[in-house]
Amino acid sequence: MRTHHAWIYGLVVASVLLTACGGTATEVAPGTEAAPATEVAPSTEVAPSTEVAPGSLSGQLSLAGSTTVQPLAQEIADLFMEQNPDVVIDVQGGGSSVGVTSAGEGTVDIGMASRAIRDSELTEFPDLQIFTIAFDGIAIVVHADTALETLSIDQIRDIFAGEITNFSEVGGPDADIVVVSREEGSGTRGAFEELVMESGDTEALITEDAILQPSNGAVRTTVSETPNSIAYLSFGFLDGSVTPVPIDGVEATVANVIAGSYPIFRPLNMLTNGAPSELAQAFLNFVLGAAGQDIVAEDYITVE
Amino acid sequence: MEVRRVVDRGGRVALLLTALASLLIVLLIGLFTLREAWPALQDIGLARLLTGTTWRPGIGSYGILSMVVGSILVTLGAIALGVPLALGCAVFLAEVAPERVRSMVRPAVELLAGVPSVVYGLFGMVVLVPLVRQIPAPRNTGFGLLAASAVLAVMILPTVANIAEDAIRAVPQHYREGSLALGTTHWQTIAGVVLPAARSGIVAAIVLGIGRALGETMAMIMVIGNSVGMPGPLNSNPLSLFLSQARTLTGNIAVEISYATGIHRSAIFATGAMLFVLIAVVNSTARLILRGRTQ
Repeated sequence: MRTHHAWIYGLVVASVLLTACGGTATEVAPGTEAAPATEVAPSTEVAPSTEVAPGSLSGQLSLAGSTTVQPLAQEIADLFMEQNPDVVIDVQGGGSSVGVTSAGEGTVDIGMASRAIRDSELTEFPDLQIFTIAFDGIAIVVHADTALETLSIDQIRDIFAGEITNFSEVGGPDADIVVVSREEGSGTRGAFEELVMESGDTEALITEDAILQPSNGAVRTTVSETPNSIAYLSFGFLDGSVTPVPIDGVEATVANVIAGSYPIFRPLNMLTNGAPSELAQAFLNFVLGAAGQDIVAEDYITVE
Repeated sequence: MEVRRVVDRGGRVALLLTALASLLIVLLIGLFTLREAWPALQDIGLARLLTGTTWRPGIGSYGILSMVVGSILVTLGAIALGVPLALGCAVFLAEVAPERVRSMVRPAVELLAGVPSVVYGLFGMVVLVPLVRQIPAPRNTGFGLLAASAVLAVMILPTVANIAEDAIRAVPQHYREGSLALGTTHWQTIAGVVLPAARSGIVAAIVLGIGRALGETMAMIMVIGNSVGMPGPLNSNPLSLFLSQARTLTGNIAVEISYATGIHRSAIFATGAMLFVLIAVVNSTARLILRGRTQ
C-alpha cells in the first residue's frame, strides 16, 4: 500500500509541476493505478520485460506469506537488492493463507504460499497469477535416539491420526509416540494433510493430542529435545538435530524427489493479483532465473 | 491571577482528556473485537462456540471449551504453586526482614516483573520441560499444564507479592502493639492479627495475579504443547491431569491468527472476546474486594 500511495503522490506532484510549466499536463491521467513512475504508462498491462539491465530498477516491493518460503525469498531478495541498490524489498511472514489473501487483496505486491492454491481461493481471487518458484520435499523426522528403518505413507497417516501409538507397531523401539505438528492454516501442515492424511479412502485428521508448534523452527527444536517424537518438516529446515525417516525405503533427499521416488513434496509459489508490475516481474524473473534458482538449489528443488 | 486560572482549567481539561482517552481505547478495543467476532457468533452460535470441545478449523469445527478449561487449569496451577511463595515473600518483606535485607530483596522481586515473558518461556522450554518429562507417566512429553503452571507461578509472583506486602503494611501499627501486649509471639501476631486484618488486600492481590495469569501468552505457547484436545489425566492418578498438554485462550489466538481467514479468523476474535470478558470479570472482582477494604 505504501508503494501504491507513493506512485499516486508522485503522479500528483508531477501533474502539478507540469501544470505549472504550462505544459501538456492533460495527458497525465489521474488514478493510473500501479503505473511505474518513470514512464506514465497506460493503466493496464505492463508488458513483461524479460531483460532488464541490472541496476536500472528502483522502487519498493513487499512480499508476505508462507514462513517456509520467507527465508528463501529473503535470501534471493538480498542478492537482488545488492544488484539493484535503488530497490527495497520487504519480506514478511504470516503463513500461506495470509500470502494468498494479501496478494489477492493487493496489500502486498507478491504473496508467498508453500502449498497448491485451493479452488476456493481461486474463486475468491480469480485474477491470481501463480508462479511456482521451487519444489520442497517434506521429511518425516524423529528424535535422534529413535531407530526406525522405514515407514510407509499408510503408517505415517495412522501415526499422525493417533491410531498407531507405539513405535513397536512400525518396527521401532517399544515407546509411546509423541506426535508434533504445525497449527491449522500452516502451509506445511496443509501440504502434509493433502499428501498424507487425505491419501487413504477416508480423510484422516491429525490427532488432538499432537503437540502443536507455530513454526518450522519450533517443530525442529521440539523434536530434537523430545524423546520418541515424530513430526513433518520442510527439507529446508533439515539439519543434524533431527533424523529423517526413509519412506518405503527411500531416503528424504532432493535427488530422490527429482527422481520421482520420494512421494511427499509440494510446490512453493509466489502470487500476484493480475499481471505483476514491472518491478515485481523483474524480481520474479530473477527468482526463476539462474541466480535465483542457484539459491533455491541450496536447500530446495529447482523448477526444472 | 487570570493566567493562573486559565492554566489551572487547561490542566484539568487536559487531564480529563487523557482519562477519557484510555476509557475510549478500552471501549474501542472491546467493540472492535466484538465486531470481528460477530460473523463467527452468528455462524457458529455462542452456545456451540462455548460448549464445543472440538477445535478443527479445517473441518469447520469451532469449540473453545477445551481452551477455556486449559486457561483455567493452568491458572489454578499457577495460583497453587505461586501464591504460597508470594505470600511468604510478602510477609517476610513486610513483617520480618530488617530494612537492609528488604532493600535488597524487594527490588529483586520487582525485577522478576521486568523479565520478558519470552525469556520465561525459553527457560521453561529448556529447563522445566525436560525435568517434568522425568515424571513417569504414559504419554508424558514434558510439555503441558505442570510446566506451564510453574512458569506462570514465577510470573505472577511479583504482582501478588507487591500488592500483598502493601496490604500487610497498611495494617495499623497499634493492632500489632495490642496483640504483642497480650503476650503473643511475633508469629502468633502475624498469623492471628496482621494477616486476617490484611485479608481483603491479599485476596485482591491474588485476584490480580489470576488476571495476569489468564492473559499470559508467549511463555505459555512455548511450554504448554498447544494441543487442541481436552486435557485429561494420563493415568489413574487424577493429578496426572497436570501432565496433560493443553492450549490456553491466549495461545489459541497467537498461534493461529496469522494463518486464519474468514470464519476461522472471526472465531479467533471470538476467543479474544471470551478472554476479554473473563479478565474483565476477574479484575472487577479484585476492584470490588479492594473497595470493600477501604470502606
